[in-house]
Amino acid sequence: MAARIGEVIEASTGSFVAECYDLHSPPPLGSLVRTSDSEVDIFGVVCHASTESIDPGRRPVARGRDEHDEENIYRQHPQLSRLLRTTFETLAVGHRQGDNIYRYLPPRPPRVHGFVYLCEPDDVRRFTASLDFLTILLGAKEVTADEVISACLRLASCAYDDSRAFLVGAGKELAILLSSDLNRLNSVLRRIRQ
Amino acid sequence: MNESSAHGERLGIVVGGSLTGGMEVKLDSATPIEEMAVGRYVVIEGQTSRFFGMITDIELGAIDQQLTITPPDIADSFIADVVTGTSTYGKLQVTPMLTISGDATSLLEGPKPVKTVPRHFSPVREASEQDVELVFGREDERHFYVGTPLDMETKVCLNIPEFVTRSNGVFGKSGTGKTFLTRLRLIGMVQKGAAANLIFDMHNEYGWEGTSEHVPNVKGLKQLFPSQVALFTLDEESARRRKVSTDYVVQIGYDEIEPEDIALLRETLNLTEPAIEAVYQLAREFGQARWLEGFFDLSTREETKELLEKLHVHESSYRNLRRGLERLKRLSFLTPRARDNSVQRILEYLDRGMHVVLEFGRYTDITVYVLVANILTRRIYDQYRERMERAMGEKVDKPHPLVITIEEAHKFLNPEVADQTIFGIIAREMRKYNVTLLVIDQRPSGIYDEIMSQLGTKATYLLDNEKDIDSVLMGVSGKSELKTVLSKLEAKQQALIFGHALPMPVVVKTREYGSTESYRELGFREAAELKRKAEEEIKDLF
Repeated sequence: MAARIGEVIEASTGSFVAECYDLHSPPPLGSLVRTSDSEVDIFGVVCHASTESIDPGRRPVARGRDEHDEENIYRQHPQLSRLLRTTFETLAVGHRQGDNIYRYLPPRPPRVHGFVYLCEPDDVRRFTASLDFLTILLGAKEVTADEVISACLRLASCAYDDSRAFLVGAGKELAILLSSDLNRLNSVLRRIRQ
Repeated sequence: MNESSAHGERLGIVVGGSLTGGMEVKLDSATPIEEMAVGRYVVIEGQTSRFFGMITDIELGAIDQQLTITPPDIADSFIADVVTGTSTYGKLQVTPMLTISGDATSLLEGPKPVKTVPRHFSPVREASEQDVELVFGREDERHFYVGTPLDMETKVCLNIPEFVTRSNGVFGKSGTGKTFLTRLRLIGMVQKGAAANLIFDMHNEYGWEGTSEHVPNVKGLKQLFPSQVALFTLDEESARRRKVSTDYVVQIGYDEIEPEDIALLRETLNLTEPAIEAVYQLAREFGQARWLEGFFDLSTREETKELLEKLHVHESSYRNLRRGLERLKRLSFLTPRARDNSVQRILEYLDRGMHVVLEFGRYTDITVYVLVANILTRRIYDQYRERMERAMGEKVDKPHPLVITIEEAHKFLNPEVADQTIFGIIAREMRKYNVTLLVIDQRPSGIYDEIMSQLGTKATYLLDNEKDIDSVLMGVSGKSELKTVLSKLEAKQQALIFGHALPMPVVVKTREYGSTESYRELGFREAAELKRKAEEEIKDLF
């Protein structure tokens, strides 16, 4: 059973934002997560995570001057875990309808309050069997797009017995997609090499 | 049958090209470029038919010029693996040669010469053994196995009956394997019985046994096919020393030497033009059959002077001629009167369907070779021509095809003498009279172009000289591509064979010859084995 890690709190066609149930425990950058809009399962790649105050008008203040241990701050101020929250943003990279997986945007964005699950290795393998979704990540406006791609490939490779072969295959795909931008290709390759 | 033997491994896809320039094939990233080799066969799977072609060039490509200026860090094996086949890739130049259509009629008719090109992105794969077999045929009563294509176990077979209908050539530098291949082809012709052979064996290589660089001595034709091959010699003593039993000792009478024969020897006997002229005048004076004897009979100074004045021959030309002809006089097989008609004997053997090898013994001098080969061939050819003409007129059987094997062919077929020698005529008139040549030479550029272009099937080993290469490949389509293939042949035992008896050019590694197994494959049985077989048959009988 896949681990449920949060809930969608903001959804749009190309991305959705989810709030984690546990403070400070967002899924790792680049990991594949899944939610649904009642008919289709939507896959997303985590591209950003943040922890901030629930009330945008009230910024947290530093409280640990006299503490020796960080954890003590939370123990002394149990309300903190209620006033802060961790959210993460994902880029929608594909969806599943029945048994078919499509590596392009879903017809509709997920529902708000849809549960978000971290994908199991089985799902990861199934989804990354084709690397067509890389074009979506490459085209993302995020400044950290290259970091997201490399993190995503590194994590996905862990789902394979022969992770190197997977990464070489992905590298080749990138080499074709980034044939006109060799510097960018090199920087991604350096981040995924084993 | 496993997958790869039925369908060869996929190498890449067609990305461009033309019929004349050959197809450009981009290698798949999984295909290691260093395992490709020029001369190897590939099959292009077109939409409606398959194209059989040969790799003629291999090149490296890069997707972006910048890569060649700032190369990726390929010391890192991961980066190296990624860029191979994507940013950098291998390209093959493939010359399509034949098409094999998928429908039933074309399957029966076999491969056809290529007239179009496969469409874009057609997959290209290594030719499987079945593909090669489909193209070059299977070893049977018409096809003789000569060798295997590069890196394959399939047999490349020569269609022997087709082969003997044209004059053929074997070329290559010294020591590359010409004799070896020639011996194989002769064996093929003897085995398939497609033609009678007359072999002028300058270095005593084909008859009884030949030398080889790897095994001590290899069996010649006579040992393999004792009942079908007759061994003639010019030099009985040499044969005796080599412990070779010969069937006949050839002698040539002075009356058999014609002025044309001497003209042919002008270069080797170092004769001047006026000296040759004098020979013709002598022939007019004494008659065709008696001139040489008459010349040698000139004993007294007065007699000579008188004759020279009569014929308007200058003293120096006479001396030049005398010096040259004295060399002939020293040859022991030349006698004023031959005791038997050698040509008739050779023809008798040939008529019986036997093959004649004429060994030259110690007479390895080119003068002797040219002289004897020319004299005998001219007369044999005359006979064949007469019989052929009779066969045409009277509807009797045509004479059995005859293949004459000559070495050092440029001495007979160079532009200066090609018109005078019988070999020039045979090469040009070809099969009309059922006589063809098998020429062996290391300087093909020395052979007259007109004759070179008439050769049906040519086999060439490694050649270095640009002129020789051009001469061998003259008039062949895809010459520049074949040139690349030819220049990359290994120094030994690899030959490029192309022409009439083969559907397309092929680089073969010549089949093994010299081991007991190879003899067995060729039908040779040891005496003990034959005896055992005979005994078994006798037992079965009673």
